[in-house]
Amino acid sequence: MPERTTLREVRLVLPMVAEMEIAATKAATSLAASIGMSPDRIDEVRMAVVEACINAFEHSGAPDSKVYIDLEVRGTAGKPEELTITIRDRGIGFDPGTLPNPSIEQKLKAKRKRGWGLKIIEGLMDAVEIHSGAEGTTVKMSKRR
Amino acid sequence: MTETLKLTVTHRDGLAVIYTEGYINNQGGEEIARVAYDLIDQGEKTILLNLAGTKIVNSIGISILIEIIEKMIEIDGRLAFCCLTPTIEKTFHIMGLAQYSKVFADEKAALAELTAKG
Repeated sequence: MPERTTLREVRLVLPMVAEMEIAATKAATSLAASIGMSPDRIDEVRMAVVEACINAFEHSGAPDSKVYIDLEVRGTAGKPEELTITIRDRGIGFDPGTLPNPSIEQKLKAKRKRGWGLKIIEGLMDAVEIHSGAEGTTVKMSKRR
Repeated sequence: MTETLKLTVTHRDGLAVIYTEGYINNQGGEEIARVAYDLIDQGEKTILLNLAGTKIVNSIGISILIEIIEKMIEIDGRLAFCCLTPTIEKTFHIMGLAQYSKVFADEKAALAELTAKG
């Protein structure tokens, strides 16, 4: 079976500044369009990128105030198959296993309505991996074309 | 870079319609909330949010919409949505908003149901 390799790649380093997540969505949109992903699926990628970026902006506490983003078109035998996006920060990290699964019933009664980012990412992307620890957090997510 | 949200309000058949244009992030959500609470203070109990001009939202903005839904439940009012992109509609379903707010394909369908039920 042929090995899946990176066919195209974009790397971004974004400052943690309001609305900088939009810059990341533009790169994601261009790469996704270049492999013929449908507009609706591209929209889902954009939303997931926004959520991963703002999670890092809001919660990472990264001392360098930067987010590192790798966008890769991956495929076999030169044929693009999926877009993989890795969003990394050098913040304080967290234990993904301790995050509550948010529900609308609970949020309607709660003072804090936020905390939806990972649930949205997981709902919109085909595969999501989260690694977090003292070195920071990495969210790797992919969507087939 | 800025994607400032623009809002327009109209009154139709006994309800208020808020039209959005731009990114619904934290500032955008707060602006919608400010307008919605003004409408509630003026006596409006049914508000339709027409998102035809919004192609991107984030969860912070949607969290503020949940606050508006909570307020509408308190006053026995209704917040409904129409003209969502497929991704925004899917996100609303992931979050469960559709259980507490009706989502309509277009404004005509929304007005037909919301005004019929008073």
